[in-house]
Amino acid sequence: MEVRFPSDERPPAWKIAFLQYVIAAVFLCLLMGYWRLQIGQHEQYMDLAERNRIRNLPVIAPRGRILDRDGRVLADSFPAFSVLLLRESAAEFTPEHVAGIARGLQLDVQDLRATLQRTASLPRFQPVLLKQAATLEDISFVESHRVEYPELDLIQVQQRLYPRHQVAAALLGYVGEVPEEMIAKLGSSYRPGDVVGKFGVEAEYNHVLAGVDGMRRVVVNSRGQEVGELSDKYPQNGNDLRLTVDLDLQMAAEASLGDHAGAVVALDPRTGEVLAMVSHPSFDPNDFAKRIDPKEWNDLMNDPMKPLMNKSIQAQLAPGSVFKIVMAAAALETGTVSPEFIVHCAGAVTIYGHLYHDWVFEKHRSHGAVDMHKAIRESCDVFFYTVGKMLGIDKIVTFAKGLGLGARTGIDLPSEAAGLIPSPEWAQRVFKRKWYAGETISVAIGQGAVSVTPLQVAHTIGGIAMGGVFHRPHVVFQDQLKALGQDPSESSPSDFPLSENTLATVKSGMWAVVNEGGGTGGAARSPGIEISGKTGTAQVVSQTLEQSAKSSSEYKSTAWFVGYAPPDKPEIVVAALVMRGEHSAVAVPIVREVIKAYFDKKLGPKPPGNQMETQARVLSQLSPAGPAEPSKPASGQ
Amino acid sequence: MRKRFRASDIDWLLLAVALAIAVIGVVEIYSTTLHSPLAGQYKKQIYWIFLSGVLALVVSRLDYHMVLEQTPWLYCISLLLLAGLLVAGHSIAGTRRWLQLGPMSFQVSEIVKLIIILVVAAYFADRRTKAVTWGDLIKLGICAGIPAVLVALEPDLGTALTFIPIVAAGVLFAGIRWQHIGVLCLLGILALPVGWHFLRPYQRERLMTFVHPAQNTQSSSYQVTQTKIAIGSGGFWGKGLGNGTQSRLGFIPVSHADSIFAAFAEEQGFVGTLLVLLLYFVLLLRLLDGAQMAPDRAGAFLLIGLSAVLFFQVVINTGMMIGVLPITGIPLPLMSQGGSSLLFTFLGLGLAMSVRARRYVN
Repeated sequence: MEVRFPSDERPPAWKIAFLQYVIAAVFLCLLMGYWRLQIGQHEQYMDLAERNRIRNLPVIAPRGRILDRDGRVLADSFPAFSVLLLRESAAEFTPEHVAGIARGLQLDVQDLRATLQRTASLPRFQPVLLKQAATLEDISFVESHRVEYPELDLIQVQQRLYPRHQVAAALLGYVGEVPEEMIAKLGSSYRPGDVVGKFGVEAEYNHVLAGVDGMRRVVVNSRGQEVGELSDKYPQNGNDLRLTVDLDLQMAAEASLGDHAGAVVALDPRTGEVLAMVSHPSFDPNDFAKRIDPKEWNDLMNDPMKPLMNKSIQAQLAPGSVFKIVMAAAALETGTVSPEFIVHCAGAVTIYGHLYHDWVFEKHRSHGAVDMHKAIRESCDVFFYTVGKMLGIDKIVTFAKGLGLGARTGIDLPSEAAGLIPSPEWAQRVFKRKWYAGETISVAIGQGAVSVTPLQVAHTIGGIAMGGVFHRPHVVFQDQLKALGQDPSESSPSDFPLSENTLATVKSGMWAVVNEGGGTGGAARSPGIEISGKTGTAQVVSQTLEQSAKSSSEYKSTAWFVGYAPPDKPEIVVAALVMRGEHSAVAVPIVREVIKAYFDKKLGPKPPGNQMETQARVLSQLSPAGPAEPSKPASGQ
Repeated sequence: MRKRFRASDIDWLLLAVALAIAVIGVVEIYSTTLHSPLAGQYKKQIYWIFLSGVLALVVSRLDYHMVLEQTPWLYCISLLLLAGLLVAGHSIAGTRRWLQLGPMSFQVSEIVKLIIILVVAAYFADRRTKAVTWGDLIKLGICAGIPAVLVALEPDLGTALTFIPIVAAGVLFAGIRWQHIGVLCLLGILALPVGWHFLRPYQRERLMTFVHPAQNTQSSSYQVTQTKIAIGSGGFWGKGLGNGTQSRLGFIPVSHADSIFAAFAEEQGFVGTLLVLLLYFVLLLRLLDGAQMAPDRAGAFLLIGLSAVLFFQVVINTGMMIGVLPITGIPLPLMSQGGSSLLFTFLGLGLAMSVRARRYVN
C-alpha cells in the first residue's frame, strides 16, 4: 500500500474529535427541540392538528311551517346558502385579510370587523354566520378562494319564505338574526347568526317552530375540501304550527280594509279562536328573512303609520260609542236605569255647568225621547252622558274591566297592549290630581282617557254576545300545543255573568244598530245574514282642536265598528278599526264583508275561480310592484 | 493500484446505516403519497437507491486518488452543464435545475456538490502550510463561488448554500488564522444587505418569517406552523404509518421530499425521530472516524467535506421543520424523495469507503 503523505501531514486529530463533539452537541439540541414539540407541547399540537382536519359544520334544522286552519301555507322555508366563518380554520385576522373577505362577499368592512369583535369571546369551534342568502357571486367567491380563505365555508340553510307577502304580516311576524342579549343569556344555545322569530307568531312560538340544529364533523384537506365524515348529528326539524286563522277570512279582511290604516280582528266568540287579524299598512316579512338593509328598516321604522306595529293588539285608541255597550250593560245590570228609562235628547246637555254636545248637534238635529234601545241604535250621546253621571266612575270602571277592557286579553302574541280605563286612582297615580267629575261624562261615551285595542273590542263585544262568557283569544289551537308537549296557557273562560234582561236589551240594541231604521250601522246589512253590532267614532283630540285643524288628516276621528253574527248564537265577532277614518261608516262595510265571507264559506263553497280572483285582487292592491315577484319561488297554494 | 478485494474493504456499517435511513425514507414516501397523485413515487425511489448503492460499491473499488486526479475536467464539465442549464435548461415550476437524460431528469447541482468536495480535497492535498493564506481563500472562494452563483441563479439557493460548509470545513481543517476569520465574518456581514437585494421575494418572506414568525400568517409561516403541528401532534409513539393527518391531507407541503422528516415525525413520533437522528449521528461519526484514519490529506479532506455537507443538510432540514432555522429547499440526505440527492450521497459514501479501505492502520 502506497502512502503518499506522512501521517503528520493529515489534519490534526483534535480538530476531528472537536467536530465530532460539535455534531453530538448539535444533535442533542435538535433532539431537545423535537422533545419539546413532541412530548412537551404534544397536547396542544394534537389539538391543532385535529382542528386542522376536522370541521364542525352546523346543519340548520328547517323551521316549521305556519299554516292556516285549513292547512294552507302562510310561512314556509326554502333552501338557500349562507356563508360561514370557521374561525378555527383561520390563521389570524389581519386587516388586509378581513378587508379581502369583505370585498369578496360585498360586506361592509366595519360591519365585518364588528362581527368578529362581537364573536371573539365565543368558543372557536362555533362558526359565525357572515352572510345569509348568499348570491351566486358569493358562492363562487368562497369556492374559488378555498386556499386564500380556508375559514370560509358554505352551508345550506332554510330561508324563510312568506308566500303571501304582506298578508297577515303583523300576525305572523318575521324572523331575523338572534339578538346579542339572547346569545349572552346564561345557558343559551344560540349562536350568532342563528335565526329566531322576532315578532308575531314567529316570536311567540319560536320554541315550537325552531328545530334543533344538527352538526356534521367532517374531515377536510388543506384546501378545505371535504374528504370524509366523522359523525353526523341529524337536525331535528321544527314543528309545523297550525293557526286558528282562516286564510279566506283573512284575505277578505285584508281586501276590505284595503288602503285604510287600521286593523280588523275576527274572533270565534265561542272559543276565542282568532279567525282573522289584519293590520294595515302592512309590510313584507320576506324582506326580513334575509338581512334587511338599513334603509328599508329605517323606512319601516319612520313610517308615521307604523307598519311594523300589529295594530290589532297594539293600537290603543278611544273606543268612542262602542263603549256605550259597556255603559248599557253596567247601567242595566246595576239597576241604575231600567230599559224603559227615557232621556230627552235636545242635541246637547248641560252637566256640571258644562255643555256636552251630542254627535247629531253638528247636524242641528236631536234624538228626542230616547230609551236604552234607541240610545244604542242611534248612539245617543246625551242619553249616555246622563247614564254616566248616574252610574259614577267606579261602577263604570268595574264593568269595563269586568267585561275585558283596560287589561290584556292574554292572546298568544307578543307585545299586546293593555289599553286604559281611567279611574280616580289612575288620575291620582299618574297625574297626582283628583278625578274631575266631568271626566266621567267623557268616559261615558268612550272618550277622554279611555283607550282600547281592536282585539279587546272584539273580545268584549263577543263575550257580551255570548252572555258574559269571555274566552281568551288565541291564534294557535290549544290541542296542538298539548300534542307537542307544550303547556298551553290557562284557557278556561272568564265569566262576567249578565242577567237575561240586561243581555236581551243590549243585544236587541245592537241588532237594531244594523237592522232597524235610524240605526247607525245600517250599512252592515247583508242579504241572508243577520248581523248585530255597534259603531263608534272617536275623536283623536278635543273638539276645539279638531275644528281648528280640520284639514289635517292627523286629527281625523277614529272609525270603529264591531259586529257579530248570528245575533242569537254568535259564531263570529269582527272588530274593525280605521284610523283617521273620520266616521264609523267607513268601518261598517269592512265588518260586513268579513262576516259575509265567513258565512259564504260556511254555507257553500264559492266557485274556486272567484276565490282566486279575490286573492289576486288583494295582492295587486297590497304590493305596488304587482302580484308576487316572479323571482321568488312563491308557492301557489 | 489494483489490489485484491477483501470483505473488510467495504464499510458494512456505513452501508447498513445509509441503507436503513434510505429504507425508512422509502416507507415514509409510500405512506405520505398513498392515495395521492404521487402514489408510486416510492418505487422510483427504490430504483434510485439500488442504482446509487451499486454505483457507490463501484466507486468504493476505485482509488480515490484516481478520482481526485480527474477533478479539473470534472469541474469544467460541471460549470459548462450549469451554464448550459441556465441558457437552455428544462424549466420545471419556474426553476431550471433539471438535466434531461433520456427518461431520467437529473439535478446537476447535487453532483456539483460532490465535485466541490473533490475540488477542496484536491486543493488541500497539495497545500501543506500551517494555515491558509489570503491567496488560498480567494482561489477557493472563486472555485466554489462560480458554481454557487450559477446554482443560485437556477434558482436553487438551498443547494448553493451547501457549498459553504464544504469550503468552510476544508479551510478550518487546513488551519486558518483568527484574523482571517474575523475579516471574513466582517465581509459576510457587509455582504448581507447586498445579498438581500438579490433574494427573490419568496426567499425574503421566508427569512422574515423566521425573524418574525407571528407577522407572516399566510404561505411561509403557514408552512412552518403546519410542519410544527405535524411533528408536535406525533407525540411520543406517533400516529402510526399512514395515519399522519397533516401529511396525508396536504397540510405539509412536499411531505415526500423536503418535508419528509415532518411527515415521518408525525407518524412515528419521538421514537422515530430519535432513531433516525441516531442513525445520522452514527453515519457522521463513522465518516469522521474514516477521516481520522485516512492514509493522507486528500482522503481526510474528502471525508471532512462530505461529513460537513451531510451534517449541514441534516441539521438545516430537521431544524427548519421545528422552526429553529429558516425554510430553505434543502433535502434530507437519503430520506427525501429525489434521485439526484440519493446519487450524490451514495457516490460520496462510495468515496468514503474507498478512503476507509486504504486506511492507515497502526
